[in-house]
Amino acid sequence: MPRVAMLDTGEQYLCQDGETVLAGMERLGRAGIPVGCRGGGCGICKIRVVSGEYDGRKMSRACISQEEESAGYGLACRIVPRVDLQVEIVGGMRKGIMKHAPERVQ
Amino acid sequence: MSVTGVLRPGHIVLRVLDLNEAVYHYTQVIGLFETGRDDQGRVFLKAWDENDHHSVILREADSAGMDYFGWKVDSEATLDDLAAKLEASPLARDTVWHAPGEQLATGRRFQFTIPTGHRIELYATKETLGCMTGYSNPDPWPDGLRGMAPSRFDHALLYGRDIDGTLELFRDILGFDLAERVVGPDGEFLIGAFLTCSNKAHDVAFIRSDQDNRLHHVSFILAGWHEVLHAADIISKRNVSLDIGPTRHGITRGETIYFFDPSGNRNEVFAGGYIWYPDRPTITWHDSEIGRAIFYHDRKLNEAFLSVTT
Repeated sequence: MPRVAMLDTGEQYLCQDGETVLAGMERLGRAGIPVGCRGGGCGICKIRVVSGEYDGRKMSRACISQEEESAGYGLACRIVPRVDLQVEIVGGMRKGIMKHAPERVQ
Repeated sequence: MSVTGVLRPGHIVLRVLDLNEAVYHYTQVIGLFETGRDDQGRVFLKAWDENDHHSVILREADSAGMDYFGWKVDSEATLDDLAAKLEASPLARDTVWHAPGEQLATGRRFQFTIPTGHRIELYATKETLGCMTGYSNPDPWPDGLRGMAPSRFDHALLYGRDIDGTLELFRDILGFDLAERVVGPDGEFLIGAFLTCSNKAHDVAFIRSDQDNRLHHVSFILAGWHEVLHAADIISKRNVSLDIGPTRHGITRGETIYFFDPSGNRNEVFAGGYIWYPDRPTITWHDSEIGRAIFYHDRKLNEAFLSVTT
C-alpha cells in the first residue's frame, strides 16, 4: 500500500491500492488536504506531488491547467498513488460568500 | 393572480467530466429518466412527474459547472415580449435567438447573460412526453421508480458578483418576486436573493460571491422528510460524495440533503417549504443569524458548503 506524506503537516497515511490521495486521508479520519466535491470539479483539494508516481483521473481544466498538470499539480480526489508520494497542499477554501461591498472591506 | 409570464424552471444544462458516470448518477442514483440524445452527444433527462420532454441536459466537457438555465414562459407572444424588454435593457448582455430544434424537442429560445455572468434563456414550446402516471384516473405514483426518484427539477442556486443587477433583471423584467433575502451588517447590502415566479418559496437563488458564473447546486423535489432520509441511505449505499445533511434550512424551511455528482456539481434533494403568494412580505435574514438561516439545526456556517462551487 502506498504511503502519502503531507509535507505541510508532517502527517503520513497509507492509501489502499487504487484509492485516491483524498479518499485515503478521509477514510483514516485525517485532516490536512481540504475536502470539496471529491469529483475533480471544484479544485479545493489541489496539491503538488513533490515526489512519487501516480495515475491521474480526469479533472476540471478550470482548476488544473495543462501546464500545472505537467508540473505535478493535481486534485487529490483524482490522484491515485502508484508508489509512496510526498505532497504539498496548494488548494484551500476560497471565501465563497461576499458579505461586504469590496470598498467596505476592513 | 394565476401563474403567467415566466412559468417555471424548464431545463438546466450541466457540464460533466465523464458522461457515462454522470448518466449513471442522474438516472440510477437520483432516478431521472433518459429521454433522448443529440448529435453533440448531449443526454436529455426528465423526472417522473414532469410533462415536458426534458429538464436536465448533460454535456461532457473538460470542466464541471452549468452551461445555461432555461425558463418556460406561457406563450410565444410572452417570449417575444420579454425578449424585446431584455434586448432593450443594459442588464442583459450577449442576447441571441436559437432556432427551433437546436436543442432537442425544444422550440425557439432567447438566450442572454445576466449581471452575475450566468447564461439564462427563455422558451415557450417543448415537446411533451407526459408524466409517468398519465392524466386519466392516475395513480399517485408510477411503477418503475428507482433511486431517490424526485418528482421534478425544482431550482438552482447560483453564485456571482452583481446580484443587485441580477435581482433587478429577474424582478423588474421577468416579473419574479423576492421571497427571501440575506443582508449584511448594515442591513442593506444584499448577500443572498431567493426569487420565485410561482407559488414556491424559490425557483432560483443567487448568492454574492467574488467569482461570476458559478453553480452552487441543482435541486430536485421529494415528497417529504422520509424521502430525504431515504435519499441519505442511497448516498451511503451508492458511495456518493456527501456534502451535508439531512437537515433543515431556515431559509425557505426546506428539509434537505446535499451531495455531489461524479464531476463535482452539487446536487440537492429536498422537501417542504411554504406556499408563496405575491402579497406575502419578503423575509429578511441578517448575516448575524446566517448560521441558522442556512442550517437551522447546526446553526453554524459550514465552510465547504459555502465555498465549493463549480
